[in-house]
Order: sequence, then structure tokens, then C-alpha cells
Amino acid sequence: MAEAAAVAHDDHHYTSTGLNSWKVGFWTFIGSECLFFGTLLSTYMVYKGAALQGPYPGDVFDIPLTTISTFVLLMSSLAMVLALDGVQRGNKRLALFWLGVVIVFGSIFLGFQYYEFTHFVHEGLTLQQSVFGSTFFVLTGFHGAHVTVGVIWMISLFVMGLRDKLPPEKALSVEIAGLYWHFVDIVWIVIFVLVYLIP
Amino acid sequence: MSVSTAPAPATSPETHHEDTGLWSWITTVDHKRIGIMYFVTSLFFLGVGGIEALIIRLQLFSPENQLISAQVYNQLFTMHGTTMIFLVAMPQAVAFFNYIVPLQIGARDVAFPRLNALSYWIYLFGAIYLNVSWFVGAAPNTSWVGYANLTSTQFSPGLNVDFWVLGLSILGVSSIMGGVNFITTIINLRAPGMKLMRMPLFTWMTFVTSFLLVTALPVIAVALILLAFDRFFATNFFVASAGGDPVLWQHLFWIFGHPEVYILVLPAFGVISDVIPAFSRKPLFGYPVVVYAGVLIGFIGWGVWSHHMFTSGLGPIADSFFVASTMIIAIPTGVKIFNWMATMWGGAIRFTTAMMFAVGLVALFTVGGLSGIMHSSAPVDLQQHDSYFVVAHFHYVIVGGILLGMFSGVYYWFPKVTGRLLDEKLGKLHFWSTIIGFNLTFFPMHFSGMYGMPRRTWTYRAELNVEIYNQLSTVGAFFLGASTLLLLWNIWKSLKSGEKAGHNPWGAPTLEWSIPSPPHHYNFPALPEVRSREPLWNDDERAAIEAVTLHEPATEPEMPNPSFWPIVVAFGITITWALVMTGIWWVPLLGLAFTALGVYAWAFEDPFKKKAAH
Amino acid sequence: MKSVRLPLGLLGLALLTACAGEYPQSSISPTTDFADTIHGLYVTIFWWTMLILTGVWIVLAYILVKFRERPDSPKPKQIHGHLGMEIAWTIGPALIVVAIAIPTIQAVFATQEVPEESLVVEVIGHQYWWEFRYPENGGLVTANELHIPMGTPVSLRIHSDDVIHSFWVPQLGGKRDANPLRQVPEGQDLKYNWIHFTAQETGTFMGQCAEFCGDSHSLMGIRVIVETQEEFDAWLGDLAAGHPQTVTQSQALNATTEGLPAPTAPALAQEETGQEEAPPAEDPGTVEGRNLFLANCSACHAINGVSEAGVIAPNLTLLGRRSSIAAGLLENNVDNLVRWIGDPQSVKPGALMPGLEYQGGRPPVVWPAFNLTPDQVRTVANYLYSLR
Repeated sequence: MAEAAAVAHDDHHYTSTGLNSWKVGFWTFIGSECLFFGTLLSTYMVYKGAALQGPYPGDVFDIPLTTISTFVLLMSSLAMVLALDGVQRGNKRLALFWLGVVIVFGSIFLGFQYYEFTHFVHEGLTLQQSVFGSTFFVLTGFHGAHVTVGVIWMISLFVMGLRDKLPPEKALSVEIAGLYWHFVDIVWIVIFVLVYLIP
Repeated sequence: MSVSTAPAPATSPETHHEDTGLWSWITTVDHKRIGIMYFVTSLFFLGVGGIEALIIRLQLFSPENQLISAQVYNQLFTMHGTTMIFLVAMPQAVAFFNYIVPLQIGARDVAFPRLNALSYWIYLFGAIYLNVSWFVGAAPNTSWVGYANLTSTQFSPGLNVDFWVLGLSILGVSSIMGGVNFITTIINLRAPGMKLMRMPLFTWMTFVTSFLLVTALPVIAVALILLAFDRFFATNFFVASAGGDPVLWQHLFWIFGHPEVYILVLPAFGVISDVIPAFSRKPLFGYPVVVYAGVLIGFIGWGVWSHHMFTSGLGPIADSFFVASTMIIAIPTGVKIFNWMATMWGGAIRFTTAMMFAVGLVALFTVGGLSGIMHSSAPVDLQQHDSYFVVAHFHYVIVGGILLGMFSGVYYWFPKVTGRLLDEKLGKLHFWSTIIGFNLTFFPMHFSGMYGMPRRTWTYRAELNVEIYNQLSTVGAFFLGASTLLLLWNIWKSLKSGEKAGHNPWGAPTLEWSIPSPPHHYNFPALPEVRSREPLWNDDERAAIEAVTLHEPATEPEMPNPSFWPIVVAFGITITWALVMTGIWWVPLLGLAFTALGVYAWAFEDPFKKKAAH
Repeated sequence: MKSVRLPLGLLGLALLTACAGEYPQSSISPTTDFADTIHGLYVTIFWWTMLILTGVWIVLAYILVKFRERPDSPKPKQIHGHLGMEIAWTIGPALIVVAIAIPTIQAVFATQEVPEESLVVEVIGHQYWWEFRYPENGGLVTANELHIPMGTPVSLRIHSDDVIHSFWVPQLGGKRDANPLRQVPEGQDLKYNWIHFTAQETGTFMGQCAEFCGDSHSLMGIRVIVETQEEFDAWLGDLAAGHPQTVTQSQALNATTEGLPAPTAPALAQEETGQEEAPPAEDPGTVEGRNLFLANCSACHAINGVSEAGVIAPNLTLLGRRSSIAAGLLENNVDNLVRWIGDPQSVKPGALMPGLEYQGGRPPVVWPAFNLTPDQVRTVANYLYSLR
């Protein structure tokens, strides 16, 4: 009884596993997102080689260029880790610097994607051209939309940080944003391997 | 087994912090109120889907009938299926998840109360959006499975399919968020001592169902997105002449669709797994086996989807694989049935209405399960697929399984929710009329199917000689419809003058029966400690728990504030999807911007901040 | 509930004893090897499921009577489970499942085995009618009523021209979907669905489309005429000969023996040069009907020996011999033909054929309404009915 009352005292922080509920919930959401991208990727894979007319993947993909943008996105994940570290330590300058790097790298990746899309359209590969065009643009487009949401999220955190609203107690909100960012990054690695690298 | 004798207040005293006006319902984040809203809304759509079914049955009363046109008929059967699955069966289960699960595990609310409100409002707006199609004369008309390429702009140029593809997308968002919420709630908000293997079966089945929601809904979401792109942006996903494969739609739909069947039926299994022990005065027989069987059904449910596609030409190897996996899934389902029967065996069975519906499920779901075994055999399915035999089969599963299970839950938990018992006499009348109406409606369909009547047909030729079976079905359908009115009458009457229920009118063993009926808005003044699976059946444990749960605290526990933002965000999400209908790529972004504003306001709102007025 | 059990069981038995004559579309009156295999399997599974159902219901009834609470009921023993029983009722059903799965999988492979030699018929689903082609017989085409010989293995090669349909004639066997032919890059094969069977009885068998395909899905019937090899060959010959305007009987036979349908070009040439060479036996109504057909219908419909340009609508050769029109919907007679031609939408919503007053349709209409008077419609109907 005394024990129960003690628990009840601070009950909206009580959890049976000791994990924060936002974290558990967000992991669950990421699980759901895996199925989402998994289905989009499967669609791409089953339509591989089914395009009736060009341009075909080999005609348009520029592997070195995409490797650079992939590398930039990977590095942004590293910056994300350092940003979280900064917030947890209460080092505002470090946190803001690395959050800034995440934002810039994320934007660079989006810039590459914008260039790639316009270039492909110029080459004749449109959304409507073939099943390759349809599956490629929808898959990478949805990934790009996720990156965009991530960049907006990071900008919001950055502004909060500027206004001194990211104390170490709020590290969890950065951690969850980081989970999202790493997830989006990993999805891109899978896309890069399955779509670009495997002929 | 003595019924609890703790000196408990029969109903909770007037609460101070709860408002009752319309605004308080719109902004509520209380899982119990949200549960009630889910329940009432799903009951309303049960009426809508039911009326659609009755018009369908009238049209089929005689061969070559011209009561309604083929175009209207096709809209009716499409909306009947879509409504009953997405607007009735799923939300009804979610209504129970909401109200019951936190009480069963000893939690004050769900993990994310505002997200929970958001799920509800999206469901409501999505349901309204879907049904607005009736008023513009373009209700969806390509069946609830919406097979490509009939849904392409070439073959369905109207708004009908637009409403369907966008409406289901909206509803999917709601379900995924609900799944996330309940998984987190069950993992994280169990009272001390409520180990996973002590959770009531209903909570367990909610847990499994939530995993299925979170994993299956994204698959249909992608399928719908691909279809929407085909329709609005002229892509080629399902366009055979451009290299797309219409059969891919069937795969995606059923990869979602079969887990969906278990999303629908597992909650009902959960309900009766709690009801049967309570009214047999015996613990559930083989608790771990029933749990694992449920989990196993959830897993294997992912590997059986192509048994819906035996006629689509997958080849003998794929056919054989799906024959085998489908037959295997019958085994854990059978095991559940045997365990329910073993629970009753040696018990002291009280035939309350809730128990009768539970027994009805055991008896009638078995019929649907066994006809399912018939078409798990691919060659036999080549005859039965898409015939009325299949219509009979899945109505035995859905009505005989899910609806009876949910009715059982209504009679079982009504006293907890309202503090009053439903009338048992009316309840028994409701039970028997449901059973008679149900069998009269759906049993003859086995015959019309056997004799060659395909499903989704506006009419049938007299020479098929299936008129008598259709007439029986029609009569039965009206009987079944009327029986449901008995439930409404019972609810209305009992709300006003039903017998007052104590906090544990059934002498049931689980935690929700340890708190007053109806519960305080904070559920538990302090969190009780659980030491067994049937805490209220062990006298010591019950005394310890009820000392906590029936205690009136001097200061009430702090609960999250109501919030206006869930309904704003839900509106934004619905509008975003609805604006896709314009076919202009940037217009939906306006809705998205509105949604984003709502999300920001939400994110910076402190749910526990004390208001100045209090 | 007990009161309904017995009748339900008896009704279940009736499932197996239905008589085919009363139920022309019955799935439990097999007349081919394919349908026989399915039916044999079905009967096996039916009895297994009846055994389980009876067992479950009897035990359940016993429990409900025996263990109901009585005033003197003692507190039930709190049993939590029994491992042995759990194992037993897992293994028991598993064995039954194996007993069902083995013949099932055998049948899956047996029914999809491609016969070494068979008559291939191409089945093409359209919104809302069926086209049947005989690629091994000079590419002859007919619609809605499929003729096949008894005793010869037949392979139906099934696909669709628009949306997904499903070919289902229950007495001949199970259904297969008619999928739209997915275009593939060069060098890859198109994917068809197949049904293989050998008919064991002559007669007319009814079926219909079994995959929802749009407004008039329910009005998309099939009739299959199983006949002796001689009858079938004669029918093919008549189909090939068609209804040429000036060709005599003997010339028509010559054309058939060459294995090709009668040439069309001369018939058309005759049209252009006027009617003076028409055989004297021809009735003026027939001539007028044919001219109206050529002027108004031949863009979509073909009649062998008259005009074979129209390929998007049913081939009308030997129409007078068919038992039904509009895909099994109406009895074949002149009045029904008049009704059908004059106002197809009232007969079959969503049909693509324009009527006298045509208002829209699906896909959006690209051809005008008929330029015919009601009298002319009757003349055309008379002419079509005379095509025997």
C-alpha cells in the first residue's frame, strides 16, 4: 500500500519497463515505417526489368554522384549523434553547431535529389514514362519527403536551442528526432544498395 | 466463490473536475470518453451498413429484380463491406481497447492520450468523408477489395474510387496511431506486478492486434498510394498495357487483408476469453496456450494471403505453399476453441446474456472456420471462390465471430461503463433473435453459392433456381436487423432505469472490476499491486487491491488537460487527403500546412500545465 | 441453439445430394475430369469438417447441460490447464489437416498439368461479354457460346481485354481469372491463365463471370455447348463459311476445306458494285438488313463472309443458332434482338453498344448513336436472326 502510494506520487512518469513511453511509441512507429518502405521497395523490386521503354536504370543512374549524396547523409547521422551529446551535456554551442550540420547536410542531400530528379526528367524519365519511372520516383520521393520532414524537425529543434529551450532534461526530444533521422538514413542505405548498386 | 463483499460505493460520487458539455467531449483526452465515442460512432455506422445490407437483400429477394439499378447496387455492396470492416468492426474493437485495456492493466490512461483523441477524430472525419460520397451520388463502387485495374481512371473515371482510395488512406492513419498507442500502453503502463503473462486475455489480444495494425496498415497504405498516383498522376503501377501488373494490387491488398481478418477477430476472441472464465467460475484453461495460439495466429496470418488468390493463376507451387500455411493456421484456431470448452468443463456456468453470446461464438464461429477449411483446399476453392458460399463463410466468421463477441463484451462491460446492468430478459430475447436471424440469413447462402450464384451480383437469373435461398436470406436479414434494435432499446432503457451495478456485479476476476462503476476519471486513486492472473479471485489479494482502488483520495491524481489540437490536426489530415481529389499537386500542401500548424501548437502545449481558473 | 443444430446438419447433408437438372449452374454436379477431381476432394473435406463440427457441438451441448450452475453447485475446481490435453488437441487436428492437405496438393498439381495434346481455345473476357477464339482452326471467332467437343482434352487460354474477369462454368470445373494481358519487354513471355479438362457429357452448361468487373458484372453469362466431335466439326465448318452474300453453298464448302474462313474482300466488293449479282433466293429484307448492318454495325461487329473488319464487339456469325443473346442474358428471338439493339443500356447497363438514343457510357463514347429508325432496327434484328 505504501509502495503503491509512493509509485502513484509521481505517476505520469511511472512505466512498467522503466523506458520512456515516447521512446517505446516511437520505436513502434519506426517498425510501422519499415513495413511502409519495405512495401515500396518490394514494389520497385518486382517491377525491376519490367519497363517497356527507356530510359532504363543503367541509362540514368550516376553512381559516383549518388555515392557523394549518400555519404553526406551518412555524415549527417554522425552529426546527429554529436548534437544529442551536446544537448545531454548541456553544451548549447556544441548542440547548435551539430544540429546546424545536420540541417545543412540534410539540405545538401535534398539538393542532390532535386538535381537528380530534374536531370532524369530531362533525360526522358518521368513519373509516367514506364514502371521504372513510376516506382523509382514514388520510392525515392517518399524517402525525400521523410528527409524534408526531418530537416523541418531539426530546424525546429535548432530554433528551440537558440531560445534556450533545449536543456539536458529535454534531451529526449532530440533523441527521438535522432531516432527518426537515423532511421531515414538507414532506409536510404537500403535504397542505395537495392536500387542503385544492384544492376 | 463468493462475490466481493468489500464495502464499496455502488457508483462513483460526483466528480469535480469533469465537465459534461459538448466542448468537454470535443477536447477530451480521457480514454473512457474516447472509448464511448468510438462505440457510439461505430454503432451508428453499424446502422448505416445494416441498412445498406437490407437494401441489397431486398434487391436479391427475387430473380431479375429491378428494385434498384446495377449502379446503385454496386455502390451499396461496396459501401456495405467497407463500412462494416473499417467503420464498424475495427472501431468497435478499438472502443473496447480504449475503455477496457487501461482498466485491465491498472493504468490511469493510455500512453498518449492526445494521440488517442486524434485517432478518434481522424476515424470520425474519415468516415464522414467516405459517406459524403453518397450525397454527391458517387459512392465507391468497385467492392471493398477494389481490384485493379477496374479502379483505374480508364474504367472508373468518376469520383467513386477517389472517395474510396482517399477515405481508406485517412482511416489507415487513425489505425496505425491507435496501434502505436496501445502497444506502448500495454508495454509500459501495467500496474506493478502485472506481468505480461498475468494480463487478461482481452489485453493480450489487443496487444497482438495492435502489432498487426501497426504492421499491416502500412502495406495497404502503400497500395492505396500507388493507386492514387495511378489515378491522379497517370503513373503505371497497375496499368497492364504499360507493363504494370494488376495482380500486384491483389498481393498488396491481401498481405494487408489477411492480417486484417485477424485484426477483426482476435479482439472478439479476447472478449470471450475473459467472459467464459468469469461465468464458469473457473480460470481460463491453458492460459499460456491460448496466449501463444493468439500470437501464432498473428504471425502465421502474414503467410497465408494468397489463399484469396487461388483463381488468379499463381501456379501449383505457390498454390501448394498457401494451401499448407492456411491449413496450419486452422490448428491454433482450433486449439482456442478446445480451450474455451475445457474452461467451461467442470465449471458452474451462469447463462447471463454475455455468456450466451460467448457460447454462441464458440458454436457458430466453428461453422465459419470449417467452411474456411473447405476453401483452404485450392482446387475446391476454384469452385467456391467469389461465390455466395464464400459470402456465407466470412459472415459466419465476422458476424458469428466478431459481432457475437462484441455483443458479449457489451453485456459484460456495460455495468462497468454506466454503473447499471443491461436488462437480462431483453438481452436473452436479443440473443435468441440474433442467433435465429443470423442463421436464417447466412446459412442459405451456402446453397446459393453451391448452385452457382457468384457474389457481388446485382441480380441472378431465375433458371439458377436459387430464389428460395435468397428469399430465406432476405427474411433472415430483416429479422437480424430487428434484433439489433432490441439492443438499442435495451441500452436506452437500462441507461435510464437499469438495475444499479456494484463495482463487480459478475464476481469477475480481473482488475477492471476492482474500481467503482462507472470509474473515476483517473481510474485508480493509486496503482494497485497485482500478484496473480485472477487477482480478485484470491481473497487476500482482492482485499489488498480493493483497499487501494476503492479508496477515495483526498487529492485527486493529476490527469492531462483536455486539448483542442487533436481535432484540429485530424481536420487538417482529412482535408489534406480530400484536397488530393483536385488532382493539382500543390493543393493538398495547403492542408498539410494547416496540419503542420496544428502539430506545432500541439507539440508546444504542456498537457499537465495547471490552468489559472483551477 | 440446440434446436437449430439438427436441421442445420440435415441441410448440410443435402449439399451433397443435389440434383444437377434443377440447378444448371451447380458446382457439385461435375461433368468433366477436372470438375470430378475437385468434387471428390470437396466430398472428402466435407465429411472431415462434418465430423469435427458434430464432435464440437455434441461436446459443447454436453458441457452446457452438465455444468450449468445449480443452487447446490459446489465451487468449481480451479484447474489451470493440462499439458497432455493441449498436445492431444493440437496433434489431432494437425493429423486431419495432413489428411486433407495431401490429396489437395496432389490435385493442385494434377489439375494444372498441361495435357500433351489438346484443343486450345482462347477465352477473352470483355466488359460484359466473352470472346472465344480457335487459334488451331484458322483463328475462327465466336462469342458468348463456346462450342467444344466431348472426349477431347480442351485447354482454355484465358485473358482479358479490359479489366479482370473470371471464367466460371461450375459443371465443367473451377474458375480461373481472366487477367488483362500485361505487356512485357521484348523477349519475355506473356502470361496466360489456363483451364484444362476433358468433357464427359454432351449438353449445354451455364456459367458466368465470377470476378466483379463493373456495372453489368452480373449480366455476363457464358454458355458452353459440349457436342460430339462430328457436330463440333460441322459447327466449325459453318462458322468458317459464314454468311456470304453471293457465294454458293459449294463455294462455301470449298472455302472450308481450305481451312480458312470465306474471303471477305469479294463480299465487300459486291457491296460497292451494287446488288445486281445477288442470288435470286435472297429475300429483300435480308439484303436491306445486311446493308444496314454494314452501314451501322460493321465497325465493331463481324459476320464471317460479310464483313470481318469489326473486331471489338462480338462476332455475330451463326447468331440465329445461339440460344441466347447479350451474353446469356436474353432468350434469342427477334423481339429481344430489337430490344437489345434499340436500347442496350436498359438491358445491360454500361454496355459499350450505342442504342437509338445513346447517352454517354464508359469509357466516354467516341462513336455516335445509331442513325436508325425503329423499323430499321427490326429489319437488322430479322437479318441477324436469320444467320443460321
